[in-house]
Amino acid sequence: MKSSLSVNHLLGIKGLQLRDVELILATADTFKDVLNRPIKKVPSLRDLTIANLFFENSTRTRLSFELAEKRLSADVVNFTSSSSSVTKGETLIDTVNNILAMKVDMVVMRHPSPGAAAFLSQHVRSRIVNAGDGTHEHPTQALLDAFSIREKLGSVKGKKVVIIGDILHSRVALSNIFCLQLLGAEVMVCGPTTLIPKYISELGVRVEHNLRKALQWCDVANVLRIQLERQDIKYFPSLREYTMLFGINKALLDSLDKQIVIMHPGPINRGVEITSDVADSEHSIILDQVENGVAVRMAVLYLLAGKNEK
Amino acid sequence: MSAVKPKPILRQKHFEITLLRLCHQLIENHTDFSSSAIVGLQPRGVFLARRLHAMLEKILKHKIPYGDLDFTFFRDDFRSHDSPLIPSATDIEFEVENKKIILVDDVLYTGRTVRSAMDALMQLGRPEKIELLVFINRRFSRHLPVEANYVGKDVDTIDSQKVRVEWKETDGEDIVWLLEK
Repeated sequence: MKSSLSVNHLLGIKGLQLRDVELILATADTFKDVLNRPIKKVPSLRDLTIANLFFENSTRTRLSFELAEKRLSADVVNFTSSSSSVTKGETLIDTVNNILAMKVDMVVMRHPSPGAAAFLSQHVRSRIVNAGDGTHEHPTQALLDAFSIREKLGSVKGKKVVIIGDILHSRVALSNIFCLQLLGAEVMVCGPTTLIPKYISELGVRVEHNLRKALQWCDVANVLRIQLERQDIKYFPSLREYTMLFGINKALLDSLDKQIVIMHPGPINRGVEITSDVADSEHSIILDQVENGVAVRMAVLYLLAGKNEK
Repeated sequence: MSAVKPKPILRQKHFEITLLRLCHQLIENHTDFSSSAIVGLQPRGVFLARRLHAMLEKILKHKIPYGDLDFTFFRDDFRSHDSPLIPSATDIEFEVENKKIILVDDVLYTGRTVRSAMDALMQLGRPEKIELLVFINRRFSRHLPVEANYVGKDVDTIDSQKVRVEWKETDGEDIVWLLEK
């Protein structure tokens, strides 16, 4: 069978159609199967070189992409901005074109500026995968979240998902909203007024400021970290107050009259947005998300690499 | 659409007889299948494999290990198509290690499929032996030195032709067609 994505780059969920997301999730199923075999490697991308350009810190996403690339037999080069010529004043296009001149076929990029991946896709000849651009989008995270919900609950359609925390600074939130809505889920955001963008309800999401009400409504709670590194001003009085109003703990979960699924894109600040006993409980699918991340990224790379522009 | 009428090469009655003969040839070599297993190649080989597997279990009156194998990721033409090749499922529940595996496909043509399938199978373990059973063997068209151990029917074809095997389960009739591309 042959089928292909409607896009040449993965810049965000916004540019995708429903059939693209379904194709990625279905392909990820096969890769998850491959990852559970004694030999976890397939030769599909053996003729490709992929550059991972990380202009911003990352552990999980970079490792996950690197593993996905290696499981597909691609050659991998890594680049982090702290140890590169970017600090000497080179522009983004120059940096990337220099790397492409060394015959690199695909670029996976994380960058602090929103739209960096889209910008790059217009100026260099290479397939681009956005691994997070500032506070804009983080498409592979949204895809792996959808994959994990589908795996846990059977499907995403009709499910109620609440995204809790720092929505304003979160690329995960925006990509998740697009992806979940595309797949037919209902989405709510919950957090302090200052951390929820003013016009977010225009996207068709519900807004709630009461954590208990939000949890009572949902099937799945996706808990986000407070991104202190992106906050230039004080958005709430103290972390302790945030925890008291928006932190999820065991007692709160036990007081609900139903079981909900807890997700977190990581890194977790234990004791702030989520307590340790919740993060490690059977409600939590946090480590499944990490495991599924490799399969989903393999699917994205495989489908983009297999698309020829001849 | 081609103007040339498709030609049937194998029809219902002959089809049945051929399947039965293949079963008996397999039993001749594998006796009770105690260390052997049937593996159908996705996507179209699995119909033949499932049919043979059911017939063998009926004749021998006991269970025989069976699985479906997808080898999409091991193909050598992955990036020469316009769009990516979408994989089917691999479903092999038994241990491949030290088993005699009979790979089953509907048509043997260039031999590239079989090469990929062998690579895919080897990832699951080290079988004692791999054999190949095909329903239709298109002779004189091999790109690789691959031959089948069991053949339903040999046909001589040219590159501009295509062989299509249709199954009662999916296409409504057991029949093999020779088509002009």
